[in-house]
Amino acid sequence: MNDILVAKEVTKKYGEHTALDEVSLNIPKNSIYGLLGPNGAGKTTLIRIINQITYPDKGEVYFDGEALQNHHVAQIGYLPEERGLYKSMKVGEQALYLAQLKGLDKAEAKKRLKFWFERLEIGDWWNKKIQELSKGMAQKIQFIVTVLHEPKLLIFDEPFSGFDPINANIIKDEILKLKEQGTSIIFSTHRMESVEELCEHIALIHRSKKVLDGKLSEIKRAYKNNIYRVGLQTANAELILSEITEKFKVSNSSYDSLENQLDFTLQLPDEKSGEVLAYLSNKANVNRFVETIPSTSEIFIRTVQSKELNA
Amino acid sequence: MRKLLLIIKREYLAKVRNKSFVIMTFLSPILMVGMVVLIAYLTKVNDNDHKVIAILNESNFFSNEFVATTSTSYVNFDDVSLETAKDSVASLGFYGLLYIPDEIHIEKVCDRSFFYTEDAPSTDITEKIDAVFQERLRQSRLLELGLTASEFEKVDTQFDIRTATFDGQTNVKGINEIKAFIGGGFGYLIMMFIIIYGGFVMRSVIEEKTSRIIEVIISSVKPFQLMLGKIIGTSLAGITQFGIWLVSASVLLLVAFAVFDIDPSALNTSAHLQTGMGANMAPTIPTADQTVQLYAQELFRIPWVMLIFFFLVYFLLGYLIYSSIYAAIGAAVDNETDTQQFIFPIILPLMLAIYVGFFSVFSNPHGPIAVGFSLFPLTSPIVMLMRLPGGIGEGGVPVWELVTSILLLFGTFIGIVWLAAKIYRVGILMYGKKPTYKELFKWLKYD
Repeated sequence: MNDILVAKEVTKKYGEHTALDEVSLNIPKNSIYGLLGPNGAGKTTLIRIINQITYPDKGEVYFDGEALQNHHVAQIGYLPEERGLYKSMKVGEQALYLAQLKGLDKAEAKKRLKFWFERLEIGDWWNKKIQELSKGMAQKIQFIVTVLHEPKLLIFDEPFSGFDPINANIIKDEILKLKEQGTSIIFSTHRMESVEELCEHIALIHRSKKVLDGKLSEIKRAYKNNIYRVGLQTANAELILSEITEKFKVSNSSYDSLENQLDFTLQLPDEKSGEVLAYLSNKANVNRFVETIPSTSEIFIRTVQSKELNA
Repeated sequence: MRKLLLIIKREYLAKVRNKSFVIMTFLSPILMVGMVVLIAYLTKVNDNDHKVIAILNESNFFSNEFVATTSTSYVNFDDVSLETAKDSVASLGFYGLLYIPDEIHIEKVCDRSFFYTEDAPSTDITEKIDAVFQERLRQSRLLELGLTASEFEKVDTQFDIRTATFDGQTNVKGINEIKAFIGGGFGYLIMMFIIIYGGFVMRSVIEEKTSRIIEVIISSVKPFQLMLGKIIGTSLAGITQFGIWLVSASVLLLVAFAVFDIDPSALNTSAHLQTGMGANMAPTIPTADQTVQLYAQELFRIPWVMLIFFFLVYFLLGYLIYSSIYAAIGAAVDNETDTQQFIFPIILPLMLAIYVGFFSVFSNPHGPIAVGFSLFPLTSPIVMLMRLPGGIGEGGVPVWELVTSILLLFGTFIGIVWLAAKIYRVGILMYGKKPTYKELFKWLKYD
């Protein structure tokens, strides 16, 4: 089995409202998986089902090849969107408690906590209460608590919301290190651009349904449509632009007369970028010729729009 | 199980280490003992305050009826005018002046008599004076009817019907009230415990919601485990607190009484009154010692072991029912101010149980109201305990009632905990809105 988690046609209803509608997912081992979609799409419900906080009405979930069971909670680390810690409890004590709830024994938990506290340079916080710490500090503790029991699967729901940029970077680096060590990671977010660079696989959830999933690179390849951004160094921009417009579809053109810089977007009919580049080079000095790769949110919007048109 | 123990331990420590809890635990006995000592001390001071009352008696109907007691004495004025008497009472610092005018008829004497004081007189004193006048009036009216004093003595009897159960055990009058009072004490204890520690459970749930740690925890343990651990941990903290109160209050009380030299029996004001009245007025019950003995016997006959056993049963089930409701309320709301609308309906049966208990069960422990409320599961922990000191079986609570009551309570316990756990499970993940009863009902249908 190469999938850490498999969901098969999972459906979940809250009264009249369908939170998840036959969602199937395969989340590969040792990768970073993006669970993307707008607020209220059903991401958190899916995550809660994986964490066995709630249960599906229909469908099955498999963890590492086995049907999801109670003991699997020890192998999952979860950083919820709505997160916090006991305000009046001491940091060390609290971290120990939460680690023990995940099944670690006290001595081992203590050892690992010492390690993490030193690694994130917060060793002297052990006896402080959460209410004495700043929000950023508390987030570090929260992260440690999530990963301390060395789970096989880590789930981060809106991981960077509320993190200041410095801490967000520290956490991002730690997450990448964990991935290198073999942990599988799920990122759930509605801010798609925030995790784009991290994810190898994504699934798009919209209105309780999965609308798209797969390898991010493959999805992007499938969704690019021969649009190039071109920059030319030329003095007679108007002439060149009119010539090009006759042959191709041009949009978003702009001309900087001081720099003699002409920029425009080119829609090519099909894969003939080499010929086009040669043609452009004859006209003027080409200083930019970049294929525009659609962003995840563009892909999302296009997918949703096409689905709605078909529906 | 290991996780449940971890939760219980955390909840217990979190509660016990809480500053206000610690302060309450150690301050309450001091406050309580302080109150008792203060009352006892004030009573003592009050008793020591010796009142002198002057009597200006111009009539022939009264001579030596006013007898001095420890707190009052009487001084007779002779041959002075009322005005002079008033002046001298004021200048001598006496408490008051009783003026009895000279009239032909006693009725008129009584009618015209006045008691003058600087301020409104204390009821103790006026009662004593009233009693003397009443007695005197009665005697004179009896004489008018043609009875002599000795004949009157014969007529003036006091009678108490002697009671016994069918199997021949002699009862003492009022023992039912005493028994119910003991049971009522247990019932009251249960109510207080539920209100105080149920509230703690609720606040603890709200704290987990507002601090947003709840989802982190229930990704490790089942919500039901968390709820149960919370209830058990909090009640253990409560039992610790009660234990500390009990021990420290009794020690402090003993110390305080020793230091202030107060006789605890002085607090028993009713005993005080009885002897004061009895000495002069009606002849006292001839078998006083015997009665006390009977009371003591009855108290010994109360099945204490059985009582404590059932106290524990009713306490446990009652507390679990109510505290799981409290937990569900805490889960449903976002902050404590939103809890009011839900708390009232749970306080209501508790209050009802206490009031019904004190008014109905005391006078008739086996009447229909008492039976009904001791079967109804939300009131039975309190009301049944008020009935139980009378024993089980003949002369006490019928076995079927006890069994039915416990079965109903147990069934309700299962049902309520199940429902509360459902509301709890959904509620802890709901943020930002104040739920209505309708919504709570909807939550019950979620899986």
